[in-house]
Amino acid sequence: MIAGDWPLWEVFVRGKRGLNHVHAGSVRAADAEMALRNARDLYTRRNEGVSIWVVEAARITASSPEEKDPFFAPSGDKIYRHPTFYDIPDDVPHI
Amino acid sequence: MSGATEQGAESFERAIERDQRIEPRDWMPDAYRGTMVRQIAQHAHSEIIGMQPEGAWITRAPSLRRKAILLAKVQDEAGHGLYLYSAAETLGADRADLTDKLISGRQKYSSIFNYPTLTFADVGVIGWLVDGAAICNQVPLCRTSYGPYARAMIRICKEESFHQRQGYELLMTMMRGTPEQREMVQDAVDRWWWPSLMMFGPPDAESANTAQSMAWKIKRHTNDELRQRFVDMTVPQAEALGVRLPDPELRWNPERGHHDFGEVDWAEFRRVVGGGGPCNAERIAVRRAAHEEGAWVREAAAAYAAKQAARRDAEQGREGEAA
Repeated sequence: MIAGDWPLWEVFVRGKRGLNHVHAGSVRAADAEMALRNARDLYTRRNEGVSIWVVEAARITASSPEEKDPFFAPSGDKIYRHPTFYDIPDDVPHI
Repeated sequence: MSGATEQGAESFERAIERDQRIEPRDWMPDAYRGTMVRQIAQHAHSEIIGMQPEGAWITRAPSLRRKAILLAKVQDEAGHGLYLYSAAETLGADRADLTDKLISGRQKYSSIFNYPTLTFADVGVIGWLVDGAAICNQVPLCRTSYGPYARAMIRICKEESFHQRQGYELLMTMMRGTPEQREMVQDAVDRWWWPSLMMFGPPDAESANTAQSMAWKIKRHTNDELRQRFVDMTVPQAEALGVRLPDPELRWNPERGHHDFGEVDWAEFRRVVGGGGPCNAERIAVRRAAHEEGAWVREAAAAYAAKQAARRDAEQGREGEAA
């Protein structure tokens, strides 16, 4: 690793207890500890977070936008997975 | 055009038409990517260079309160630069390469930062006028078509509101002070008003990139529309403050429902953009020195990270043998 060529880290911030971590952006850092500190200084200057995850961008596996349609197709035709698929008479309570 | 490209081009056009965002791994025209990288990088550089004019006053702020506020504000500018470099990297740009382009003069930053900050009133006027103009430019960018840029702009706009209000409050405080303090404020307004109007870029008739940027929904309003909006917003603020805006042609036009105002000195704008402003050389020299003097820190951090990684690998190797 040459100087100035620090890896890219993606940053995820939990806004408050009870919420998921959400992607906030990225930082450059030499190692994970430094990435955490840089992320704290950059993304939580106004109490935006109670917890931070950092992960090296190169370690992320993502679905490809080109295969978007076939990749997500299996869930497209299964409308019976949704509650609105089922007709229940209006006078049946609590369902 | 290959089948995949054709399909990509179609979904790009459809997304733009439906006001959906373009995301990093989507297909996009090379020219869109190039425009986006150029605009985001230029914006990031402006935030980074923008630390200098006000940073010069941190050690000379008149009170601990003002010093703490100014430190927080300058730190925000650094943060804004980094949000934007992060957005540029999603397009395949490399952060170290962008820094290199800035300090070698191959990429530009906003011409406003090439003017000097002569008195502490300039700190207030920069917050009020320069950040006010930036907000006018940036609020529509929260809906710009490139997703990571739009998201960075949302964060930035929230923080800019603090910048503008601290500047205006600073000026109100000075206007309640001595006659000399009021003169300082007026002098700063006189020097910063016209450069602030230049921040919106050349007039629409001369703006080469506007039409394509509007078609791609990168820009939502033309330079002249935003300039007009800024003037209309600022006039009542100047009245409330008790300062005069240095334009004899500035007056309300009831027929248009807007203020008329004088012509910006575009020759000066071109001179400053072209490198002939009062502080161009100094701004780049300071940025270059900071980068070069920080090289040993970057090298030390990289060496430390490599040593820790090697030590961790060795320990894992020993554990493997023991098992």
